[in-house]
Amino acid sequence: MGMTVVQKILARAAGLSSVNVGDVVEPKVDLAMSHENGALVINQFNEVFKDTGMEPKVWDPKKIAIIFDHRVPAESSKTATNQKKIREFIAKQGIVKFHDARGDEGGICHQILPENGYVRPGYVVVGTDSHTTSHGALGAFSFGIGATEMAAVWALGRVLNVEVPGTIKVVVKGKFKEGVYPKDLILYLIGKLTAEGANFRVIEFHGETIKKMSTSGRLVLCNMSVEAGATSGIVPADAETVRYLKEEAGVKGKFDMVAPDADAVYDQVVEIDVSKLEPQIACPHTVDNVKPIKEVEGKKINQIVIGSCTNGRLDDLKVAADILKGKKVAKHTRMLIFPASWMIYKQALKKGYIQTLADAGAMIINPGCGCCLGVHQGALGDDEVALSTTNRNFKGRMGNPKSEVYLCSPAVAASSAIKGVITKPKKGGKK
Amino acid sequence: MSSRVVFKTGDDISTDVIYPGRFMATVLPTETPQFAFADEAEFNKKLKNKEIPPDSVIVAGKNFGCGSSREQAASCLHGHGLYVVAKDFARIFLQNAINLGLRTIICPQIEANEGDELEITPTHVKNLTTGKTFDIEPLPKARQAIVDAGGLIAYARKKLMEEKGAR
Repeated sequence: MGMTVVQKILARAAGLSSVNVGDVVEPKVDLAMSHENGALVINQFNEVFKDTGMEPKVWDPKKIAIIFDHRVPAESSKTATNQKKIREFIAKQGIVKFHDARGDEGGICHQILPENGYVRPGYVVVGTDSHTTSHGALGAFSFGIGATEMAAVWALGRVLNVEVPGTIKVVVKGKFKEGVYPKDLILYLIGKLTAEGANFRVIEFHGETIKKMSTSGRLVLCNMSVEAGATSGIVPADAETVRYLKEEAGVKGKFDMVAPDADAVYDQVVEIDVSKLEPQIACPHTVDNVKPIKEVEGKKINQIVIGSCTNGRLDDLKVAADILKGKKVAKHTRMLIFPASWMIYKQALKKGYIQTLADAGAMIINPGCGCCLGVHQGALGDDEVALSTTNRNFKGRMGNPKSEVYLCSPAVAASSAIKGVITKPKKGGKK
Repeated sequence: MSSRVVFKTGDDISTDVIYPGRFMATVLPTETPQFAFADEAEFNKKLKNKEIPPDSVIVAGKNFGCGSSREQAASCLHGHGLYVVAKDFARIFLQNAINLGLRTIICPQIEANEGDELEITPTHVKNLTTGKTFDIEPLPKARQAIVDAGGLIAYARKKLMEEKGAR
């Protein structure tokens, strides 16, 4: 019986010739990522070694990545102290893939990993962040875990007791209409599958639309696969993956281009034709409460947000700058832009996007998780409404349970900024 | 022994509701319980004032704990000694709960209201108030071994000792 991409990756990582769905395996980890919650991982890691007589030592310091992004620069003395403890641990353990809060190397973990070539096709990647699903965009099996699970990975180099997940195959065909993007596709898919429709399963993306899609777009799809409950999203590695890794991430050498077998068995196959797809909006307070834009057009917005690990890349900023060039953000509306990394920030500066967006009235805040999870920079007032390109709209997500968050593409966000109400993009810029 | 239902929620209760992001700088399991359901002011207050005895039950719908991987969402409930009986759970939350020892019961047909008394056994939940009994779905098999070991720290420590001992 044939295997899916993730079955093949897990078989290799567990040293087996094949695995079946439901088998329990202990795959070796190629990359283990944490951010500020590394402070808790360190605590649990030390607990694992307690009373063993052994000095706590990570299994392989080259395979651990730590990126400060959730609260940069530190919003409180507590965070600053956590970050300090993590830096000390990193120095002691000799961890090299460390990206501090700095303008030359910093950014959001899910952008830093691909941008630096840390993720390769066929890898097993784990991260103490639910959006670790993102890295399936490069053909890796990449999934979120908790801090204690990560402590075990740091100690042993493998994930304990993984049950081989089933896979939902999503086949996408057709050409996006102008003003419609991968974000609209993934919101549509989440609405169709529901918030738990892919629980304990992987979403494997296929079809002509995916083949033609940039890695930036694929990152959007895999990033938000978790919002349908998926363990991971994955796009089997292809020519675009190789192009991205060589040209944009500067990686040399050959890659393990893992492809599914022709007779792989899927739990479910979903076919989508995007040629008639309209811009989609996820309405409060669940990501699967998705509606075509015409049902919410005209809704008044207090805060527009463009950024995050979902939609804070250069092509997203270009779309926004194209739409807002020479225009103004409405008076009653605030607009926040936070690029996904400092590399993107500086590229956007060079291309003039930052200038255009600031001239329109947007505030540019530093790369990081920013207001997406309501930690700092851009909390909402009571009864206020945000329209955001981020990935979650749960009650209280942006720091106030009495507010509402709507999710959309950068084109919808930028178009809506002009009148301060949800507005369908006239043209989308090129992506 | 019976356990009282102290809080009932619907489907898709996210980790942002269980443990809001703005408290994420607090990480230690000894400190997180104060922020459990921080935005559900009344329930949070009862928890903080120790008005809710250990072994009390949260009853939830489908997909409890969806969203973030933050382990605080599991440790904050574990710290109060609660059970969570849900129709089902999101993957990372369930994994975190099992790793830390938070008692999570998958009970797809559960019907119970706040104030009901439940009897929880390894195979079923009996609602003593209504007299109805509901089957429990066993944990995913990969997770039962961790429960049996007394949590992931103990399980990983055992593995570590076996491996280093063999060298």
